Amino acid sequence: MARTDLNTRTGADSVIRFILGRLVKAVFILLAILVFNFLLIHAAPGDPAAVMAGEAGAADEKFLADLRTRFGLDQPLYVQLFIYIKGAVQFDLGYSFRQQMSVAEMIGDRLPATLLLTGVAFVLSLVLGVAAGVAASARQGRWGDTIISTFALLFYATPLFWVALMATLVFSVWLGWLPGFGYSTIGANYTGMAHVLDVAKHLVLPASTLGLFFMAIYMRMTRASMLEVSRLDFVKTARAKGLKRGVIQRRHILRNALLPVITLAGLQAGQIFGGAILTETVFAWPGIGRLMFEAINQRDYNVILGVFYISAAMVLLFNLITDVVYVIVDPRIRLTT
Amino acid sequence: MTLLSIRDLAIALPVGADRIYAAQNINFDLAAGEILCIVGESGSGKSMSANAVMGLLPEGVKPVKGNITFDGREILGLSEAEMLPLRGGRISMIFQEPLSALNPLMRVGAQIAEVFEAHGALSKSERRDRALKLLEEVGIPDPQAAIRAYPFQLSGGQRQRVMIAMALALEPDILIADEPTTALDVTTQAQILKLIEDLRKSRGMAVIFITHDFGVVADIADRVIVMQKGEIVETGTADEVLLKPQHAYTRALIDAIPRLVQRVDTEADQGKPLLTVENLEKTFSTGAGSLFGKRRVVKAVQNVSFELFAGETIGIVGESGSGKSTVGRCIVRLLDPDAGRVLMDGVDISHLAGAELRDQRRKLQMIFQDPYSSLNPRARVSRILTEGLIAFGTSKDAAHAKACELLEMVGLDASAMKRFPHEFSGGQRQRIGIARALALDPSIIIADEAVSALDVSIQAQVLDLLAELKTRLNLSMLFITHDLRVAARICDRIIVMQKGKIVEAGPVSKVLHDPDSAYTRSLLDAIPGQEYERALALAEAEV
Repeated sequence: MARTDLNTRTGADSVIRFILGRLVKAVFILLAILVFNFLLIHAAPGDPAAVMAGEAGAADEKFLADLRTRFGLDQPLYVQLFIYIKGAVQFDLGYSFRQQMSVAEMIGDRLPATLLLTGVAFVLSLVLGVAAGVAASARQGRWGDTIISTFALLFYATPLFWVALMATLVFSVWLGWLPGFGYSTIGANYTGMAHVLDVAKHLVLPASTLGLFFMAIYMRMTRASMLEVSRLDFVKTARAKGLKRGVIQRRHILRNALLPVITLAGLQAGQIFGGAILTETVFAWPGIGRLMFEAINQRDYNVILGVFYISAAMVLLFNLITDVVYVIVDPRIRLTT
Repeated sequence: MTLLSIRDLAIALPVGADRIYAAQNINFDLAAGEILCIVGESGSGKSMSANAVMGLLPEGVKPVKGNITFDGREILGLSEAEMLPLRGGRISMIFQEPLSALNPLMRVGAQIAEVFEAHGALSKSERRDRALKLLEEVGIPDPQAAIRAYPFQLSGGQRQRVMIAMALALEPDILIADEPTTALDVTTQAQILKLIEDLRKSRGMAVIFITHDFGVVADIADRVIVMQKGEIVETGTADEVLLKPQHAYTRALIDAIPRLVQRVDTEADQGKPLLTVENLEKTFSTGAGSLFGKRRVVKAVQNVSFELFAGETIGIVGESGSGKSTVGRCIVRLLDPDAGRVLMDGVDISHLAGAELRDQRRKLQMIFQDPYSSLNPRARVSRILTEGLIAFGTSKDAAHAKACELLEMVGLDASAMKRFPHEFSGGQRQRIGIARALALDPSIIIADEAVSALDVSIQAQVLDLLAELKTRLNLSMLFITHDLRVAARICDRIIVMQKGKIVEAGPVSKVLHDPDSAYTRSLLDAIPGQEYERALALAEAEV
């Protein structure tokens, strides 16, 4: 449609509008997830009170009834759901019968470690993946392209836990360069800069293991996207202007080629949380991934629910961030929505 | 003074292409301040020859012989680094599709300023000022706003003006314009042609203008080169080539130009109308996607009414954004109209659904503009043609036989059945599109810009085919187009639309030769090559 009026608002107001709109949607999605998870857990066979009573070695009816009253399990399901949701919106995620701790507190303890691991792995995979993709596309069909593509594929095709184990074996056990497990050196009680360095050292292996796996996807996508964009008309226009190859690559091809990569990154953010469970388990990283692994093993329902809830929130947050980035980068979306 | 001289140029296509050379034995000179038109159909090698001057041939396509001398210096075979100062500096280029030729993520001003940056000219702030001046010079309505706009915020004509501003930035000696007006409406085309003509005069710039439209050639060319299958078949001054063409191919191209010839109106038998459209309305609103989004409302179709009789062709003519395609899409219910009725044999199909709609739909079939994207690239022609028949319960064998018949009817061989769309040329693909539309024995065909993407000569063939099929099968047709010349050739009545409303409707001779509305008159005035048409008619009368 012909636009005769030149509408050139900057779009800052529409970005804010967009974020607000997405936040409102996110709240509804979170609520839906909360209800769904809650019902799913309660649809599973087994009565938590019976399990607990069984483990406590006492199975008389009065003890069971006591437990049920104490944890609200004697209420009808919709009342339980209501109580749970009421708690959840105030960040009260219930109580772990196992650990005798509030779930929110447990997750609160573990979340920073997971955010650090997934955040670093995410940035690492994105930066390395895009760089490798650009390098490969510039060498399309030549040996440089083949080498980069092969390595990326190798990391992608190898199971994450196996890479993790091998990395520990080589860099920690054989070479002794890096610590192979944990978040910090136990008993060292470093403070300040020394603590940061200590954590960073512990982070290298898990973050790069997790990052390298996801790097391959970004590399393939960037490479394909760069090649596709380089065939578009405006690249020819840029050449006809007399611009140098490097400038065309950066300013014209890369910026446009990044759009699908950003979309992909938003989708992959959820995957990286899934990957974190494996990585945290192998490297004994004290994050929510391992917390979930342990909770599943011990049927600690409230903890499982809590971790699901928090990771769903994290995935939504990552998605929102990538959407906002997309909107900022692409004026066509910013100025027409 | 000869500015550019090309001798014995041969450009090789990659091994395995349908011919060895994209272009060969290319010889021509270009003088300063001259407009040279290179005319030919797609695949004639006209763009390749021009791209070779810029050193911008596609991957795998290489010049293998000859010389290109620019300003006394051999430039064929210069290294990439040596070419950089020439590109955009002394020779610049504009393209057919101005939207895709601009970077969608960069502001217009930055894209213009980039030319100065590439050539190390001017300081940062001066670049912006110059960009603003250039936008003014090419006639953008509000340069202050345009400089901050992104390409998608501009209209097609404005985008092409931006491209021209960019090409003019460093005052080049030569402007290469590769089909710069083919994607534009006639009125916009006329403005852009005038702009190029004016700039040539004010700056003494030479222009190589590539086109397939002899109407455009007649309006601006000093000299003309006609190319066919990679070789030059005729050269001469504009008058020589246009009025006394020597080569048979040139004559064929000139004959193919659709003309606004006076026609005798054929009275369709005014029995009961086959299709009645009453007070059709369609409004689009954008920006309502989010909770907080502001609505922008476009009234695409407002109060449109007309009747289509058996055996009649009505042309719906208008510029982009006039709502002409929306009318067509509402009638076949690819879009749901907001209000109004569409009566087909007395049945209102605008509110039908499910089986009833399906049943009525087979009587209304559509032919689309782009023969490349309107055929499923992964489906063989056999599937494309039989799919509809089989969906309506014809047996596979019967559908296959019918499809072969259809192919023959549109002038293709039955061997086409086993092939994929990409194996055909644009004209052939449009024939497949026509065969598909005819497969269900419709009584009405809606052709939406069905020949706009085709070269003039192919256009003529497809129009003849449509006219012949229409008579043979007693079809009625709605022919949607932006090109009055095309409408003149095939339509009985014409409806002119502007901004969603009908501004004029009537028999073809009345609308084209004695229009009531100023808008129709402006569309007619914008048709390229009108003086030439009169001159040609005179010359023909003398013979």
